[in-house]
Amino acid sequence: MASIPDQDHSGFRPSMLLNDRRYRGLTYQFIALIVIIFLMAWLGMNLVSNLAAAGLNFSYSFLGDPAGYDINQALIEYDSQSSHLRAAIVGLLNTLLVAIMGCITATVIGVTAGVLRLSKNWLVARLMSLYVEAFRNVPVLIWILMIGTIVQLGPSPRVYLGEEPERGLIFGLFAFTNRGITSPAPIWEAGSVWVVVALVASIVAAWAYMRFRKKALFSSGTLYPAWPVLPILVVPAVAFYFILGQPIGLNMPDTLANRFNLSGGFEIQRPLIALWLALSVYTGAFIAENVRAGILAVSKGQTEAAASLGLRPRRIMNLVILPQALRVIIPPLISQYLNLTKNSSLAIAVGYADITATLGGITLNQTGRAIESILLLMLFYLVISLSISAAMNVYNASVALKER
Amino acid sequence: MSDTHAQSAAFVRESFIPQSPPPARERGILKWGRENLFSNWFYTLLTLVSLYVVFSLLSGFLPWLFSGVWNAGSLSECREILQGVDAGCFAVLTERWNQLLFGFSYPTEAYWRPTLAFILLFVCAAPVLFSGLPRKLLILTLLYPFAAYWLLWGGTIVVPLMALLGVVLGYVAFGATVSRGFATALVAALVVAGIVWWVGIAVAGAVPDFVALMPVPSRDMGGFMLNMMLGTVCVSLSLPFGILLALGRQSRLPIIKIACVAFIEFIRGVPLITLLFVANVVLAYFLPPGTNFDLILRVIIMITMFASAYIAEVIRGGLAALPRGQYEAADALGLDYGQAMRLIILPQALKISIPGIVNVAVGLFKDTTLVSIISMFDVVGMIRGPILASTDWNGVYWELYGAAALLFFVVCYTISQYSQWLERKLATDHR
Amino acid sequence: MTKKMLLGAAAATGLMAGAASAATLDDVKERGTLNCGVSTGLVGFSAPDASGTWEGFDVALCRAIAAAVLGDASAVEFVPLTGKTRFTALASGEIDVLSRNTTWTFSRDNDLKFEFAGVNYYDGQGFIVPRDLGVTSAKDLDGATVCVQTGTTTELNLADFFRKNNISYEPVPIETNGEAQQQYLAGACDAYTTDASGLAATRATFEDPSAHVILPEIISKEPLGPLVRHGDSEWGDIVRWTLNALIAAEELGVTSANVADMASSAGDSPEINRLLGTEGNLGEMIGLDANWAVNAIAAGGNYGELFAKNIGEETPIGLSRGLNAQWTDGGLMYSPPFR
Repeated sequence: MASIPDQDHSGFRPSMLLNDRRYRGLTYQFIALIVIIFLMAWLGMNLVSNLAAAGLNFSYSFLGDPAGYDINQALIEYDSQSSHLRAAIVGLLNTLLVAIMGCITATVIGVTAGVLRLSKNWLVARLMSLYVEAFRNVPVLIWILMIGTIVQLGPSPRVYLGEEPERGLIFGLFAFTNRGITSPAPIWEAGSVWVVVALVASIVAAWAYMRFRKKALFSSGTLYPAWPVLPILVVPAVAFYFILGQPIGLNMPDTLANRFNLSGGFEIQRPLIALWLALSVYTGAFIAENVRAGILAVSKGQTEAAASLGLRPRRIMNLVILPQALRVIIPPLISQYLNLTKNSSLAIAVGYADITATLGGITLNQTGRAIESILLLMLFYLVISLSISAAMNVYNASVALKER
Repeated sequence: MSDTHAQSAAFVRESFIPQSPPPARERGILKWGRENLFSNWFYTLLTLVSLYVVFSLLSGFLPWLFSGVWNAGSLSECREILQGVDAGCFAVLTERWNQLLFGFSYPTEAYWRPTLAFILLFVCAAPVLFSGLPRKLLILTLLYPFAAYWLLWGGTIVVPLMALLGVVLGYVAFGATVSRGFATALVAALVVAGIVWWVGIAVAGAVPDFVALMPVPSRDMGGFMLNMMLGTVCVSLSLPFGILLALGRQSRLPIIKIACVAFIEFIRGVPLITLLFVANVVLAYFLPPGTNFDLILRVIIMITMFASAYIAEVIRGGLAALPRGQYEAADALGLDYGQAMRLIILPQALKISIPGIVNVAVGLFKDTTLVSIISMFDVVGMIRGPILASTDWNGVYWELYGAAALLFFVVCYTISQYSQWLERKLATDHR
Repeated sequence: MTKKMLLGAAAATGLMAGAASAATLDDVKERGTLNCGVSTGLVGFSAPDASGTWEGFDVALCRAIAAAVLGDASAVEFVPLTGKTRFTALASGEIDVLSRNTTWTFSRDNDLKFEFAGVNYYDGQGFIVPRDLGVTSAKDLDGATVCVQTGTTTELNLADFFRKNNISYEPVPIETNGEAQQQYLAGACDAYTTDASGLAATRATFEDPSAHVILPEIISKEPLGPLVRHGDSEWGDIVRWTLNALIAAEELGVTSANVADMASSAGDSPEINRLLGTEGNLGEMIGLDANWAVNAIAAGGNYGELFAKNIGEETPIGLSRGLNAQWTDGGLMYSPPFR
């Protein structure tokens, strides 16, 4: 402390690179940069020499070759002659599908469980604690495997098949089997687009009516009735449907097409159900904890103030506590969504063809392009994760702005 | 009516009436039940639904559990004994218990070693976990890694002893030179430790049988032991790296900051399983030709990287939560960066971060089951691989997965209860 | 200073690299054990038993190679590998030989740069279905859900077969044989397809094997065999000729019971003498001891014995020799002459 650096203005000496605070940072960064570059170069050189030694090359041209394998649940057109790239995209879409479905249900389950865990009903609160602890403290892989076994317990699809089946379809429409859930699928014929347009338009109109109603209530105190929403929603779409000559048909599950499975209709297959269920229940337990923590973080005075205004408990929760708790809940919620997306990479344990199973599994195996496949796989996940966190951060910021 | 005389009143009670009991619906189990279970129609409905759920779960589960078979040689024997009764075949646990715990190739006569290491883990971790214990006991914690290494892997005791000696002498060197600056001291410590380790390798190579336990290659480790081992090793290794990464991310030096941010975001953006694939399938291509260190080591490296990124984020939270004044106070005292961090910032930031770190540790411990996907025989790998593949036990699922789940539950629940206790203890703010 | 450390580390790894890049045979001898890649559990081919000892047909080949090279059938380190990890483990030198029911294909040989040392089991892909389904031919499986083990040639063959016959199916990819079995038994799929040997092995573990039929169609050729890395022909020769020695031993009537006896002195048959090292110097040519073949045969027996012991008709797997009989019995097992 005795020497003050400013005393010496005589110029730059090399020792200052280490001893002078002004330059020391630069030195450290320079060393760090050298180390990083050196490390990268070293890894790269090893890669090149290893590949050369093994007679392999680094190329993504295999992505254009026919994949040669089939995928059970594909959101886009796919068969075994499609390219590996297309298989990867099918996998990617499947990952996104299960992630989105999982996030929605996990949130519902988590919020319900979190709120119920704080309820005054002793039994329910205990049960919810049991659920949360059981799922939080056991590895997700074990849950996926166990739930994968549970969903096989349904009846075989054969009970629905044949001229005289053991069971009829539920409401004549649905079938729950150990292969999945089958339901009728809509058939879009010419003109169906107008029905959809009408439906969308009426949803917008209904929403606008509700807004108008609320505004009128707040500004003038006039309370318009709520019932017109229903006809606004239903009438135009139904009218268009009949005017255009019933352009939307139903592709019913066919019980006679073959002797193994229902064909036709829309099928959610068992692997998807198993993974979806496992991920939502597992992540739900974590979300429940976040929700509970968020609710507890809202000070007791808020509840008391709301109660003294005469609000009923349900409304206190909905109008006072949850909106405030949301700010505490959302950041950990985002990371739970990310975790869910990443955990969906265990899909292959139940036979679901996500991107890890297609690109990082079968494609990798069949082509032997380990480095290329895994790099691409990591890139996909990285992009997904970064976009989820970016999108959620934007939302988070918009919520946080209201804080004063 | 204060002026009312006793004499003027027709009747005045001279003594207390004995308190009458509260009405039946306001006491005991009825009151409790009414308040906690049936306070309104919604709660009543919930209670009834819950009761039904509990009943149907237990009525299925308990008979399955209690009429289970514990002694049989194979699933078919189980089925014979059960005669069609739907009950568990727990004989697989009796027969394969050791395999579930230790994997199938750990030498049977050496099972006491991992068991002892496991027990010692608790003894030696106690001083860290409970601040009420004498601080001298931390020496035990320091000794533990070396003892555990010797117990698990075996071989001559010279190896852990020399490793320990290296650490001790390195620390001494650090202490001797720390007055000349933190970086200098660090280099001195590393050099001294390196020399001792180098000598140690030579000495250990010369006397491989000096006080030696039977050596066990790491490939032979498996079962729950492998999960415990990976969990403990990776969490403890990732702590220092996590701290460095967190500090790097907070650093004012842009290159270091960018490097740390990139590393952390990359690791946190990809699933652990892809990193394990890298360890298993890709890493070999990035190392000099012919280098071949065993899978478990590669996996430890990858899981440690993974955990460090998460721990770094937790510690960053801790650093951010410290009031600015602490940083400024450290600067005002004239401490340099290293001193300020070591003496002022990190002790407080780490204290705040402990619950978060414990959460990461629990999560990581659970994630060690993913190694089963890259053909390592941890407890899940043992079940999915050798046990379910054997002719004897093919078809037993619930018993095995239930047992594995229970093992994890006991460990993780204990840790999380500890973490909550600690959180309460550390909550020094007054609310 | 950091640079210095890094250079030190690089130098140290360089040293390790130098030691490891020598010929595989020298590595194995120096190490004293053979690193052999096997599957994570397929009964009859490679699976650890209750006491943790690896057993099976593929495992026996590893032991024979270890016996030939090191003189000790137990000097094998078994590395369990999944379909995904097997090739990189071999390419990166983690294992010396892969003996994990791996199909010999053109692309594996040439694109992945491996060398197949022969065929120890001629297999083909088949289907198993529950008997009460009443399916008699794989072509009846239109619309069926089929469980298939992922990471193998099976899923490609499956896709080809159904495309060729213009029928549809739903594949369910599954990671391990054990899980495939469980899903099949739970009725989650109508049929399970894998190599016919695997189907037999799988059926053997069912509660009621007779309730399931293996369909007559064999939809692919699956020559399974051990493989090594490209570029080390000496090591490839050792593996190839150890396998051939086992096959030839069966043809010549050399068994684990009589091999010691026959090897003690030269007998009447010149080929047996050459094989067992009592005549000529075949061992020297291949870089091994004169009694390398004796050790290999003594380790578990000749090809026929290994077959009978691990997967033969007397075992729960119950495979008949079929294509894998000696060429003299109408099979494909044909060892080039030991001369």
